[in-house]
Amino acid sequence: MDNILEMKNITKNFPGVVANDDISLDIRKGEIHALVGENGSGKSTLMNILYGLYDADSGEVFLNKKKVDITDPRTAINLGLGMVFQHFMLVDTLTVAENVILGSEPARMHFINYKKAVDDVARLAKEYGLRVEPRSKVADISVGQQQRVEILKALYRQAEVLILDEPTAVLTPQETEELFQVMNNLKKQGTTIIFITHKIKEVLAISDRVSVLRRGKLVGTKNTKETNHPELAEMMVGREVLLRVEKTPAQPGKTVASIININVRDRVGTHKVKDVSLDIMSGEVLGIAGVEGNGQQELIEAITGLNRAESGEVLLHGKPIHKLPPMPIKKRGVGYIPEDRHKRGLILEYSVADNMILGLHSQAPFVEKFLFRNEKAIQENAQKLVEEYDVRPPNIKQLVQTLSGGNQQKVIVAREFSRNPEFLVCSQPTRGLDIGAIEFIHKEIIRQRDNGAAVILVSAELDEILSLSDRVAVMYNGEVSAVLPVEKTDERQLGYLMLGGDAQKAEGDVEIETAAE
Amino acid sequence: MLRLKLQQSSLISRDLLVPIVSVLLALLVGAIFILIVGENPLHAYKVLFLESFGSIRSIATTLQRATPLIFTGLAVAFAFRCGLFNIGAEGQLYVGAMAAAIVGITFTGLPKIIHLPMAIIAGMVAGGLWAAVPGLLKAKLGVHEVINTIMMNFIAFYLTDFLVTGPFHGGRWAPETDRIMPTAVLERLFVPTRLNTGIILAVVAIILVYIILWKTRTGYEIRAVGFNPTAAEYGGISVSKNIVLAMVLSGALASLAGVEQILGVHGRFIQRFSPDLGFMGIAVALLGKNHPVGVFFAAVLFGALRTGAAAMDRLTDVPRELVVIIQALIIMFVAADELTRRLIARRRKA
Repeated sequence: MDNILEMKNITKNFPGVVANDDISLDIRKGEIHALVGENGSGKSTLMNILYGLYDADSGEVFLNKKKVDITDPRTAINLGLGMVFQHFMLVDTLTVAENVILGSEPARMHFINYKKAVDDVARLAKEYGLRVEPRSKVADISVGQQQRVEILKALYRQAEVLILDEPTAVLTPQETEELFQVMNNLKKQGTTIIFITHKIKEVLAISDRVSVLRRGKLVGTKNTKETNHPELAEMMVGREVLLRVEKTPAQPGKTVASIININVRDRVGTHKVKDVSLDIMSGEVLGIAGVEGNGQQELIEAITGLNRAESGEVLLHGKPIHKLPPMPIKKRGVGYIPEDRHKRGLILEYSVADNMILGLHSQAPFVEKFLFRNEKAIQENAQKLVEEYDVRPPNIKQLVQTLSGGNQQKVIVAREFSRNPEFLVCSQPTRGLDIGAIEFIHKEIIRQRDNGAAVILVSAELDEILSLSDRVAVMYNGEVSAVLPVEKTDERQLGYLMLGGDAQKAEGDVEIETAAE
Repeated sequence: MLRLKLQQSSLISRDLLVPIVSVLLALLVGAIFILIVGENPLHAYKVLFLESFGSIRSIATTLQRATPLIFTGLAVAFAFRCGLFNIGAEGQLYVGAMAAAIVGITFTGLPKIIHLPMAIIAGMVAGGLWAAVPGLLKAKLGVHEVINTIMMNFIAFYLTDFLVTGPFHGGRWAPETDRIMPTAVLERLFVPTRLNTGIILAVVAIILVYIILWKTRTGYEIRAVGFNPTAAEYGGISVSKNIVLAMVLSGALASLAGVEQILGVHGRFIQRFSPDLGFMGIAVALLGKNHPVGVFFAAVLFGALRTGAAAMDRLTDVPRELVVIIQALIIMFVAADELTRRLIARRRKA
């Protein structure tokens, strides 16, 4: 097959880093070409060069065998390139159709022909199987649908090559499935797709060929059929990777935390958590599986004191903690990795050292005489944790906002785990992280478990739930629909339960303890 | 993203660069106005500079003008570090001034070592309580502090109007109180200028604000709330407690501007004595990048402009209002710091 696009010897330097080091990449017409690599490996830089957002220091781009000079996105669009960014560029208050035509409105004498816009968008959506209602406001549709609007935008501008920058990062498993169908439709219609991801499973599921980047260099391009998971992982990380966490069977001890008939309502009164009861034993990981938004976050915030439960109790070693504010709950030995590290877990404008004491900042040894910061203790603590948890760069004075996502998460993990909490609440602990960081955090969670901590793990990634948990609870619509020992369940069954399937009818010949017991 | 990193590494120099370039740009644009008036800008600026920094006496005058601006600038900056926009420094300094004046007038026969601190503390308490109201409303009910601090300004103006023309109206015809007792006076440091020991208080305040914000647990909490209230909450920091605390301390700082004016300059409370010192504090904090040391230099600059204005008016054809134009331009350039930064960047490229 012909190459539609060739990037030759692309090099791009940023101060202190070579983001792209002599990369040559061929994209064949009509293929789905996966571009994988860890965060910071240069995938996005390369695509931003292609799309005209960055200028390469050297190198050439050929489109249909012709050398092109892409100086800005408009040139890229005119040449038939379309890019869907991780963060959508949509106007919330406008409709789907209005967003799609934005910038290339069908207009006569400055009057926009909205009817034509709606028709065009509807036709395009139908042609490619992108289910979305042209007249809906963007603010009212789901993230998955918003992504389709972004794809429609590119198609409306007659993109022949579509670049998808980590499109699955924001999607639920179901939405990912749907996206893959859309990608296959596009491929059938002749669109070439460059699919950026760091999830190897997705590469194997959808792509024809795959190129791996590591530290700004192209490690290699493979036919997807001729490669496999361990090989790609090794190419990405540069060493052999443990894909499954190695762990011994749990040695559950006595009950550390009991959640008893918790009910939570949100501000507008929606019943978010319905009568949830769970016991978590020392030395075990209780996974909570579920499609996001089924009450997991509300449950976690009720446990950690960030939100009040309407009724019910949370007991830690038999003593109630559900009426306490977050600080005393922490002091009693509850560690918490929050779901959203930017919103909850970190103060991005603070240094690594100052983030390492968030929540402990009012305790000895970090304060003296109740008021003054003990800089020496703060720095020693940070220095120790940075080394122990391999935070890079190991500069404790650096602002956290300048760290990569994986290292930001390591700061939180270091802070929470180093106190050896007896009860550890981990919510989406590896979201958006690359393989190396995921592996590290998974190991640390198991280490905590083996040290006798009781661990709750909330995750939307079934792989993560299955590889770390000893028991799995499934949350659907605010209720815990089932609690299963991990060895007696699998991805299919959990997927079924997560979508509201009936626990009794769940596939697999398993005993099911229901939450009601 | 990498571009952002680059900016981070040069954060400190950038923080200094934008204000300095803003001042220079403002002087440059001001020069155009001077040319329009038909004067030589260099000459006018020379007069301005000599009058404000040319002798010990003029430096003393500049510092005296800067003193209340240091307090109001610190007040605005402090609240801002907690994510609060205190537009109420003007009102807080009026109630603080009135409280200090009342204590200064009413108590007689006290030794200075007791009377003066008493008057100062009375002012700080009044200003702090005044600011606590919008703080509490924000913390408990979520009402935006900008609205309430502005409203509290009007209440402060009319309350002090009433007090100075009613219960505490002095023996003279003018709307002012009697003189405060000599035991409550902030001593003059450099007669004939009106520079007084208030400047020492201001320097102490700068140091204290710095220590509170960066060396104590309280400052850690206040800044955490200012940067990211949800993460602060996660870290067990009470957002509402710190909002109220930051407002109270901000109000107390603002009130010191009034206290200094009454105990150190006027010797009595005069109706509407403040030439917008509280509002100028916003500009000072902005130019000083909400840092106590930055506030000091910004206040000195604004004090100098005011000091030099009269001489420029007298000795050249340039009216004193030019100084107001320059101040406004400085604020514009600092506020549009993205624009200023781009101008700097272009310069570097070229």
